Amino acid sequence: METVQLTIDNKKVEVAKGTTILEAAKTIGVDIPTLCHMKLEDTNFENNPGGCRVCVVEVAGRRNLAPACKSECTPNMEVNTHSVRVVNARRTVMELILSDHPSDCLVCAKAGNCDLQDMAQTLGIRQIPFQGEKNEYKSDESPAIIREMEKCIMCRRCETACNKVQTVGVLSAINRGFESVVAPAFEMDLDHSNCTFCGQCVAVCPTGALTERDHSREVLDAIVDPTKTVIVNTAPAVRAALGEEFGMEAGTRVTGKMVSALRKIGFDYVFDTDFAADLTIMEEGTELLGRLSKHLAGDKDVKLPILTSCCPGWVNFFEYNFPDMLDVPSTAKSPQQMFGAIAKSYFAEKLGKKREDLVVVSVMPCLAKKYECSRDEFKTDGNPEVDLSISTRELAQMIKNYNINFNQLEDEDFDQPLGESTGASVIFGTTGGVIEAAVRTAYEVHTKKECPSVDFKELRGMEGIRSATIDFDGLPINIGIAHGLGNARKLLEDVRAGKSNFHAIEIMACPGGCIGGGGQPYHHGKVETLKARQKAIYSEDESKTLRKSHENPFVQKLYEEFLGEPCGHKSHELLHTHYYDKKNVDKK
Amino acid sequence: MADITLDADKVEELKAVCVKFNHDGGELINVLHAAQIIFGYLPAEVQVIVAEGLNVSIAHVYGVVTFYSFFTMTPKGEHPISICMGTACYVRGAEKVLDEFNKLLGTKTGETTPDGKFSVSSLRCVGACGLAPVVTVGEKVYGRVAAADVKGILAEYGA
Repeated sequence: METVQLTIDNKKVEVAKGTTILEAAKTIGVDIPTLCHMKLEDTNFENNPGGCRVCVVEVAGRRNLAPACKSECTPNMEVNTHSVRVVNARRTVMELILSDHPSDCLVCAKAGNCDLQDMAQTLGIRQIPFQGEKNEYKSDESPAIIREMEKCIMCRRCETACNKVQTVGVLSAINRGFESVVAPAFEMDLDHSNCTFCGQCVAVCPTGALTERDHSREVLDAIVDPTKTVIVNTAPAVRAALGEEFGMEAGTRVTGKMVSALRKIGFDYVFDTDFAADLTIMEEGTELLGRLSKHLAGDKDVKLPILTSCCPGWVNFFEYNFPDMLDVPSTAKSPQQMFGAIAKSYFAEKLGKKREDLVVVSVMPCLAKKYECSRDEFKTDGNPEVDLSISTRELAQMIKNYNINFNQLEDEDFDQPLGESTGASVIFGTTGGVIEAAVRTAYEVHTKKECPSVDFKELRGMEGIRSATIDFDGLPINIGIAHGLGNARKLLEDVRAGKSNFHAIEIMACPGGCIGGGGQPYHHGKVETLKARQKAIYSEDESKTLRKSHENPFVQKLYEEFLGEPCGHKSHELLHTHYYDKKNVDKK
Repeated sequence: MADITLDADKVEELKAVCVKFNHDGGELINVLHAAQIIFGYLPAEVQVIVAEGLNVSIAHVYGVVTFYSFFTMTPKGEHPISICMGTACYVRGAEKVLDEFNKLLGTKTGETTPDGKFSVSSLRCVGACGLAPVVTVGEKVYGRVAAADVKGILAEYGA
């Protein structure tokens, strides 16, 4: 490997040829501040437009300051990252950026988590000397994401997430100069675009330009309404990240504290989406085995591979981009919708209440779930299965509002019957988890033998596209896994071209799966945070006595008392759905 | 998107352009250039065809169309008027000329008169700086134009 030697802040550094000053400085512990640059190691997210100019450094012999993110190290270069000239220039750059930024930080949804605010504080900006014209934009409020583009600093991270990582292609920089802004085509609202609501743009936005639509106020209104029974359920990935909002290290599991906090907030029943994840495995696993056995028997009409359908961002993506393949994904609803469907039928009956008297709230790592629960097919006589979906961040905000000392809470258990879950359901929160959970059950149902080991480690990992063959007692089952919609697109294009030999494919829209969801605490570019959450998920799985969905006693009871058999008549009515061709939806 | 029906022959012509450029997204600017020659402007419907023809996102096409002042989303008038705002023309009073055209026609820069007869736009340098300030109406070039000349120029076209 060809290397170059240089000095940064009088320290000698040796790096590979082609390394930027920004990267080289990191190797000696010098974090040059940036606003636009963001790289998520081990994923294909890298945003490096060289636009913000906050990272300027002084290079001996060079007339002007150099942007560290765009300048390659050259032999014997002498870099100074904190000369007076650099510090002054950096301040001026910030003052100019702030001159066209609203100063409503006190009430901004991003306050406290805003990279721009942090930078202003780091640089000690106390006034904005440049006063001039400000951009004004109409706020765009979709069911999941809110865009307030006067807060945009044109870092282009959202564009990278939307176009390069997710290949959704909804966002682009438009116009020129002072008028330039990131927007969908023809400046249409997100709701009218092909946006999947995956929320990855929100996850990387350094300011309050992109935030989630906050439903926590409506949740509180329901809680104080004496005529309503309010039921909450929490997705697997939430418990692996919520602690971060209270200063805990990434990867701290807070399941018991979360349950305790939800009870203190006043939910009548604290249930677990994991219960519904076990139920999803019963339905999706049965569907997989059904399709597989027909396929093996030579039925040419049966479509394989079967694709998972738990992820609403992914469902939106294939409805827009692969409308010719709507019969390929499993018809099983997502755990969120299965939970709501069971809560408002089986559990409502148990309580002797009408579905209208129940308010089902889900806490999700996801923003697409907000859109999912508003879909018309998930309503009965106008009443939705899930009334409100809030993000991990919104739950943290509610806990703070209630002045609950989260860190000191005692662990509590979920309520029953919809709070019991197995380790299989917990791993739904990470890439590879849904298919591993399905394999644990499908293996035993198909072979009528116990799995040799519950841990299918060949399915785990962080690579964007993975594959493995699992031996079902002599029958090799080929499994594909993709996370990030760009990776999903590649697998789907293979399926469309007839080049895929997978029997089953798991897709999650967000990098890392739900642990990296658009509703999770902000990772601020640290991929280690996602990895720590993934570890937490697997350790929660290991801590469970029951680790296969079909062993969940309350799921078994639900089938005995209410549903009959997996993929039976009642299941089809309540737990399965269909998909729509959205390619030609009127976009006006 | 406004409700407009594109001429079927022109649509075929545009699709053929996409084929000629091998459906290569890197040729977007060339294809948009051709599309603007075919249709006279680039309404949303045309941009959708270009996006599909080159396999790029509509947002990306729109981003490029709005970036370059050469591209326009409003149909040009029968007599398109362009006022050069390049440095030489600008310092010799092009802005006053532009204002005068807008005043007499009741337009803003970039707009077309309601009767479709005139459109007013500004451009950067036509390469005739010696004649600054320069105005073009269609293919005809007018040099050393003063605000006082504007009325006479418009009269030539029946305004």
